[in-house]
Amino acid sequence: MLTTVRDFFTRTRGVNSPDRMDVLTYAYLIIGTLVMFGPVLWLILSSFKDINEITRFPPRLLPYRQQTVEVMGYDEPLPVFNVTMEDGSVRTLARARRVGIEAQMVDPAAPEEIIRVNINTMTPVEAVFFSFDNYMRGVERFDFVRYFWNTLVVTVVATILTLFVNSMAAFALSKYKFPGSNAIFLTMIATLLVPLSVILVPLLLVITQIGWFNSLIGLIIPTIATPTGVFLLRQYMLTIPDELLESARLDGASEWRIYLQVILPLARPALAVLAIFSVMWRWNDFLWPLVVLQNSDFFTLQVGLNSFRGELQTQWDLVLAMTVLTALPVTIVFAFLQKYITTGIATTGMK
Amino acid sequence: MRKMAFVLVLMLALISTGAFAQDDSVTLRITWYDDGNEGEVLRGLLDQFEANNPDITVELDIVAYNVILEQIPQQVQAGESPDLLRLTNYLGLRGYYLDLTPYLSEPATFEDYFPEGVLNAFRVDAEDEGLYGLPLQTTVSGLYANATLFEQAGVELPTVEDGWDVWIEAATAAAEATETPYAIAFDRAGHRFVGPAISEGASFVNEDGSMTIDQPGFRVMAERLKAWHDSGITPVEVWLGAGGSYAAAADYFINGQAVLYMAGSWQINNFATNIGENFDWVAIGNPAGEEAASGMPGGAALLAMAATEHPEEVGRLMDFLATPEIYAEFTAQTLFLPGHLELPEFEYVTDNDDARAALEVFAAEVPKLADAAYALNFHPKFFDAFNIPTRERLTQYLAGELTLDEAIERIQQDADTAINPEA
Amino acid sequence: MESKQRLKIHHTPFETVYNAVVDALDFVLRPLQKRIGQRNMAYVFVLPNVAIFVIFVLFPMLMNFYYAFTGGSNIFPDQRPFVGLQNFETIFSCTDYTNPNTCREDLFWKAAFNTFGFVVFQVGGMVVISLITALALNRKIRARAFFRSVFFYPVLLSPVVVALIWRWVLQNDGLMNGVLVGLGADRVPFLTNPDWARFWVIFISVWSQMGFYTLILLAGLQSIPHELYEAGEIDGANPWQTFWGITLPLLMPTMLVVLVLSLIRAVQVFDQVYAFTNGGPGTATTYMIQYIYLTAFAGRGNQYGLAAAASVILAVVLLVFTLLQLRAGRQSELSV
Repeated sequence: MLTTVRDFFTRTRGVNSPDRMDVLTYAYLIIGTLVMFGPVLWLILSSFKDINEITRFPPRLLPYRQQTVEVMGYDEPLPVFNVTMEDGSVRTLARARRVGIEAQMVDPAAPEEIIRVNINTMTPVEAVFFSFDNYMRGVERFDFVRYFWNTLVVTVVATILTLFVNSMAAFALSKYKFPGSNAIFLTMIATLLVPLSVILVPLLLVITQIGWFNSLIGLIIPTIATPTGVFLLRQYMLTIPDELLESARLDGASEWRIYLQVILPLARPALAVLAIFSVMWRWNDFLWPLVVLQNSDFFTLQVGLNSFRGELQTQWDLVLAMTVLTALPVTIVFAFLQKYITTGIATTGMK
Repeated sequence: MRKMAFVLVLMLALISTGAFAQDDSVTLRITWYDDGNEGEVLRGLLDQFEANNPDITVELDIVAYNVILEQIPQQVQAGESPDLLRLTNYLGLRGYYLDLTPYLSEPATFEDYFPEGVLNAFRVDAEDEGLYGLPLQTTVSGLYANATLFEQAGVELPTVEDGWDVWIEAATAAAEATETPYAIAFDRAGHRFVGPAISEGASFVNEDGSMTIDQPGFRVMAERLKAWHDSGITPVEVWLGAGGSYAAAADYFINGQAVLYMAGSWQINNFATNIGENFDWVAIGNPAGEEAASGMPGGAALLAMAATEHPEEVGRLMDFLATPEIYAEFTAQTLFLPGHLELPEFEYVTDNDDARAALEVFAAEVPKLADAAYALNFHPKFFDAFNIPTRERLTQYLAGELTLDEAIERIQQDADTAINPEA
Repeated sequence: MESKQRLKIHHTPFETVYNAVVDALDFVLRPLQKRIGQRNMAYVFVLPNVAIFVIFVLFPMLMNFYYAFTGGSNIFPDQRPFVGLQNFETIFSCTDYTNPNTCREDLFWKAAFNTFGFVVFQVGGMVVISLITALALNRKIRARAFFRSVFFYPVLLSPVVVALIWRWVLQNDGLMNGVLVGLGADRVPFLTNPDWARFWVIFISVWSQMGFYTLILLAGLQSIPHELYEAGEIDGANPWQTFWGITLPLLMPTMLVVLVLSLIRAVQVFDQVYAFTNGGPGTATTYMIQYIYLTAFAGRGNQYGLAAAASVILAVVLLVFTLLQLRAGRQSELSV
């Protein structure tokens, strides 16, 4: 099947000048890859740099660290510089201390003699070094394991509930005619247009009245009756022939049995797509968790990430590292399931 | 699906155990934001407190500063409040604080520890004599200079008696001589703008509590800021750049790319940590204007919230944190200017001489603060009526979206709406 | 083959357990069906979704609607003074509707114009780029699955992470300017020039979502019957004619889906821009939801009433749009 499709398209679209089109296509795809992945790679490389390197301009691709050397008579290792001496020769010296524009240098081999030089004549000796320091300091503040666990619980539970609740509604709306069904459907579709961000205050009041503030359940439940999900599943279920239901009824199956054993298995592709959506939505939720969570025991990754922004400064070194950590789980899951996810959406996304 | 069901059950079980697992001790929760190491320092002190009070556990919930400004007020109004809350806009939530008087061991002593003006800022009105919170730090806005760049350029540092124009001229010369890209970086904040404007004679708060924005001092400073942007001696990204993050401005200075930096006392810790030995920096204070040489006061406080279920424990915690020795330790390690009046002698914990000198400079700025600066800082709507509109509208002015007249008119309109929303 | 597959599924442990659960549920729920009747079971199925929807979506929306007619900064509706149409009057008091600076609520109008521009260019760019990418991926190429994943990957990243990544690349001292300076050029004010900022906001929004639309269009392309192309080839059509004569017309229903979905998302743009430019420089990238958020929460005196009024206006505009869309959808026989 796939080969015939392939053959076919090359025949129809590449027949006149296959080489030129192919070159164009590959050029486009390779440039596209650079644009898609380049910024992410840059973020990852930056996260291994120390704060001085991060704020350096022009930036360097790889993280560097200044070399240090142990020198007799000094407790701490000293930073190493290449110094251009007055006679034009270049010596590698360690810096003992700096006063204004003058630095006091020592030769590691002969630490007794202090050499005074102007700081403009020295350049640091550096080597590529991937420092995990930002990560180590980040996780002291950023309880990655806990936030990860909360995010995972919210994502998994919300997704399962979304699938059940939405598919039940979609089943009723696609396979029954009952008074009010159209009204329900249209109201839901209409609310697709109003984003949650504009009803934050009333929603917060509802949540606090119920007593779900500061809880994962308050984070989960309001998000599960998604109009998109109902819409997607309903459209898919409309394509399931009613005869299947009728014959099941003739066999004496109850409506529940029909829903669970006929409809759900047949709607599996659409459910899979909704599951992917739901996971993406819930994992990346930002504003609602900020509103409903106060207690850091329940923080999700996105909320935790946001907490590095102080009044007076953003701690970029930590933010970069923690951003990488936050994006890591989705990336790993995607790396393993990418084929399934992309073909799933492509083949059933919009029936 | 079976695995999923298993995971589901497991999770539900975990959620419910999480919700019901309680031991006998009382847990106090503090919602907090961090600029530097103060959360870490406080955690250390809280550990001490917990060791002395085994029946109390204190948890720190660290959130973004924006969350404190944008989400917490709704939560508190809706009745969902932490036990304690770190705020800068403490005038905004008055009425939601717990009067600690019955729960403190010696309320009178506590009251003597802190400046009356700040304690008043927590109170609903002039009749109110409650004690609601603990001022954590005092801040004063002011200027920093990169002394190494001046030295290398052979340009003499002006003094604090010299006006802004002298400073900018010297800094521009220093920047040119040292090939430094910018003469000055200026935090994107209405708060930072106020000091210089007041020094040039502005006084924003009227007796009836309204504000008048259109003042010569405001215009002078706004035009200066505009001129710096137009001539490129300040990094445009700070005011016109992405995301209301003021981080950028500090980074230009730390990175040696700006000769001067307008910020305030709170940056000392950041500089001590991140500039290190790279260059010598000095705190200048506030250059003199026509009328004064005032910075803008400010500060953060830890407020006890009325909705707490454990007022007694909150009182004990406040007692502990207000203890001069404990407070001194907090201050010493965070390199804050203290908000406490009766601290014992203490040494700031830093081996950075520049930082020590800067702390002294800023401490000396406090008595020089103009009354107009205090009036604005303690205005109940300072944030919504002045600080944020000034930041946003000046940005539009700098971006060329508005003329200065239009910007001033808009700030006035925003201020009036914020002060009297029903009108 | 069919029966074999079914047989296999029947023997998986999952199926066994699933069937046992179904049986158990059936045992419990069959009496319910007996009591209320088979047809009324529809209400049972729709109930959980509707209940959650009403409590957490519809009710807050109605409350929000009520807020639009009240003033003050209290969050409890019963403590808010009723002000009638005053909030709407505030928004609509302009001397010249084409110039936001003449409006009392200038930010609303700036946001409205910005949103319009954003929607037009973002949706246009999204459709064109997704289509080109889908066409490229539809050709016989090596590593197709890899490329497909490459374009899809950013879809998975959270808006906050996307914004952060691009700020990091585009800021004045960022990678892009580093490369430019390295090549001997001057720095470009990517985020401080209003036009550049608008461009990049659209760019990152296309960057982060195009993978999704590309996949949908790819599916549409692959569902076009081969015979049509064969016929076209016999008629001697060149690729260009094939594209305009066969591919595009048959792709129209899919294109319409892409259009509607991207339109809805474009109007609702918020998180990403909030974290990316926060509406700046000045108000260049302040869009409608951001305006509503600012007015309600961020330093504009918590004017919930005004914010709610703006959201009501937005909803009405969107509703009109949707009805037009639905109509267009019916006309092109797309089942909506």
